[in-house]
Amino acid sequence: MTRVECQRIFDVAQRAARSAGMDDVELLLDAHTTALTRFANNAIHQNVAERDRMVSVRVPMGSRTARATTNLVDDDSICRVVEEAIALTKVAEPNDELLPLPSPAEAGEIPEHPSRFDAATAETTPQRRALAVKEAIAIVESAGATAAGIFETGAATEALINSRGLFRYHEETSARFSITATAADSSGWAKASAISAAAIDAAALAGNASGKARLSASPREAAPGRYTVVLEPAAVLDLIGQIFGDFSATAIHDQRSFLTGRPAGALFGPNITIDDDVRHPLQSGAPFDGEGVARRSLRLVEGGALREIPYARGSAKRAGVAPTGHGLPLPNETGEMPVNVVIAGGETSLEHLIAAVDHGILVTRLWYIREVDPFEKIMTGMTRDGTFLIEGGQVACGLRNLRFNQSVVELLRNVIAMGLPARASGEEAMDMVVPAMTVQAFNFTEVTKF
Amino acid sequence: MKDVALRALDTALAHGVTYADVRVEHIRERSLGTKNGQTGRLGSSESTGAGIRVVAEGAWGFAATDDLSAAGLSTAAEQAVAIARASALASKGELRLAPEDKHECVWVSPCAIDPFAVPIEEQLGLLLAVDTELRRNSGVTLAETNMTFARTRQVFVSSLGSIIDQARTTSQAGFEAWAFKGNEIQKRSYPTSFGGQAQLKGYELVHELALLEHAPRIAEEAVALHSADQCPAGVFPLILESSQLGLQIHESIGHPIELDRVLGSEANYAGMSFLTVDKLNTLRYGSDIVNAVADARLEHGPGLGTFAFDDEGVPAQRIDVIRDGQFRGYLASRETAPVIGLTRSNGAMRAAGWSRLPLIRMTNVSLLPGPHTLDEVLDIDHGIYMETNRSWSIDDKRYNFQFGCEIGWEIRNGKRARMLRNPTYSGITTEFWNSCERIANRDNWTLWGVPNCGKGQPEQVMGTGHGASPARFRNVRVGGGYGK
Repeated sequence: MTRVECQRIFDVAQRAARSAGMDDVELLLDAHTTALTRFANNAIHQNVAERDRMVSVRVPMGSRTARATTNLVDDDSICRVVEEAIALTKVAEPNDELLPLPSPAEAGEIPEHPSRFDAATAETTPQRRALAVKEAIAIVESAGATAAGIFETGAATEALINSRGLFRYHEETSARFSITATAADSSGWAKASAISAAAIDAAALAGNASGKARLSASPREAAPGRYTVVLEPAAVLDLIGQIFGDFSATAIHDQRSFLTGRPAGALFGPNITIDDDVRHPLQSGAPFDGEGVARRSLRLVEGGALREIPYARGSAKRAGVAPTGHGLPLPNETGEMPVNVVIAGGETSLEHLIAAVDHGILVTRLWYIREVDPFEKIMTGMTRDGTFLIEGGQVACGLRNLRFNQSVVELLRNVIAMGLPARASGEEAMDMVVPAMTVQAFNFTEVTKF
Repeated sequence: MKDVALRALDTALAHGVTYADVRVEHIRERSLGTKNGQTGRLGSSESTGAGIRVVAEGAWGFAATDDLSAAGLSTAAEQAVAIARASALASKGELRLAPEDKHECVWVSPCAIDPFAVPIEEQLGLLLAVDTELRRNSGVTLAETNMTFARTRQVFVSSLGSIIDQARTTSQAGFEAWAFKGNEIQKRSYPTSFGGQAQLKGYELVHELALLEHAPRIAEEAVALHSADQCPAGVFPLILESSQLGLQIHESIGHPIELDRVLGSEANYAGMSFLTVDKLNTLRYGSDIVNAVADARLEHGPGLGTFAFDDEGVPAQRIDVIRDGQFRGYLASRETAPVIGLTRSNGAMRAAGWSRLPLIRMTNVSLLPGPHTLDEVLDIDHGIYMETNRSWSIDDKRYNFQFGCEIGWEIRNGKRARMLRNPTYSGITTEFWNSCERIANRDNWTLWGVPNCGKGQPEQVMGTGHGASPARFRNVRVGGGYGK
């Protein structure tokens, strides 16, 4: 969807609102094309593409607001969705904390933002994906294993326009490749994501996954207990990623965040520093939030101490501070959250992290992570697709998968070494820039049968 | 919609494909919520589009579009064919689909009260009244309520000649009371957690749930949990309330029997299954009293897995999954059925909207009721009773699971004794179901909705149904979630 098309849709919506006597209108627009080639049992078995658009309208009336959404972009449908938004808003309960739509000045200026659109990625053909998949399958198959995975490419446009003159527009492409190599009694996994498909090395990922499957063959069983673990970046991402919904002024105000009432100092270990930085070169996403406010870079945690938290406009007004540009589209119950997390690390390679562990466990990936305790942030879940015993600084053998019940707060006090931060992609949290971590006393509570 | 679907089908067939089907859908939703006396979310949405699935050169292709013009459908059909031809570059042999009859049908799910015709003021008014009632208890620090309604009309056509027009209306409602105190957050939900009960019904579901009547008890329990003892760790007889048992069924019976998972289709994401095909008719899944079915027919009840035809034009069916403890059947598709010798699909293919490819999904996977009253299920010297899910996790082959519940009670001499906070339990699927020793009767049986089941890449979130009545299990490990 071009800027011109976005403006046309907004003009239609604004005329419809004005004819109903309404001055304020806000439109969120989204258009995307995505294609995903999926393979299993060494063959492509599902192969899909989709295109869709979304026009989502608010017509605030004083302290009332509501939202109506359609994927139809003809004039009649846009007028109808505006009428629906007006009808919903009229019956909404007044909310004294609702602010008028932001002007461009209130929303803030967006500093120069790195381009996140790669035309070649947007135009990736199914043949190109299939050939990359075929090569990856051949690598896994030649290692005596069975390949399954995905190669996804897509392009998306996101815009926010309001009747106070604010016009935000963002285009982005994405590419994602993941692969699981399954052998008789073991498996291995690897995944990467990027703005550009050219940055994805599918063959290397296939080699990594099949190597892990080979190394973890004939797994032994480790007794449940506390171990020193080396968590690869995807495992760090999926586990630590579970806590960032709590880094929210609204969640703290609602007393549902683990940060509620905690002393800001010494929250985690002194080696933990976490930013939210939409402009980080390895990050992705739009530089504005659900009301169009420019995203600020935040230092969430510095030296283990809580430094800054995200604020939407509403929660910022309540607290008497400036919004940080992390608000979600209104109306919502959640308020705001960080979406571009960057965890500082060291300069150590994964191999050196492993070499420094005398007795421990190397974890490739975690699975089905769920919150057991909301205040201590105890998470449970399983290891998956590459769990190894480390003895004397070397990978000794594969292990059967283990269940953990681990407080993330405690974990971030027990980090003893970190690798070089990398863009990581898992399955249970948003992509982030995180290091591999060596963690003491990680709590495994059960072992499964494979 | 029928004309649009047939036009898209014709376009696909003109490209020389060996099979094609088209789903044209219009999806309408309304969602309301409150938080601490304020309107939370309040919105409506609609989405219309078409998904075109083809077999060309012996391989699958799928393309979906929101552009239902002739040109838009033509582009999507060409894209589906081009994708199928690309699939053939890395395929393994010709596709074989189980035969299916041609069907023509118009079906509308039962809906006594149209939720979209009920004034939003009335719906919001009820939620705000519940919200007020919850906060009448000063220990409640956060009250949240919600209602969601959806209506999907779908026209399915295929190159077999089928033309199937279905409309389904679903409703969901519930509320939560949170209590924060000291260094602990407790929460109680009604009628179950994560959005409440969801069924294939209209607004009558909301009336049946009697939300307002239950608000004082739920608020009281949320606050009382702060004074309750920590659930002990150890091995105990365990009694599960029916909504928690419904989720247990979902994770440890429903997912393992998905035949695509068994055959490796989900190896990269949702995982595989311990139920390899050699276990069909040979595995003792549970004790003799365990009987489970997968039933998509309306006769089973108004579940989120109830329909007339699945998304590849196969009629809704009921299959035995576990009979007298023995494993008897998988959920299958037209493509997977022949792999295990079935002559026909049992109708489990569903897609999360027009833009997604159908996958094998749970229909209504239910544990059939036993003969016992609830008192008889609770009739034990000492055990633990748990209610309402708080956390759920299971390994990628569906062996090792751990669940947490919002509230527990110690059972002493067949009666509820002290309240317990932070209860968790864990186990191995087949060991757990083989320890089932008593199941409550149909009077205690509820068809629960799980609206948030994730599977597939790109991920598809699907609603599934699970009938269950409270049941008792021997020798279950309790307390592992808080284990040191």
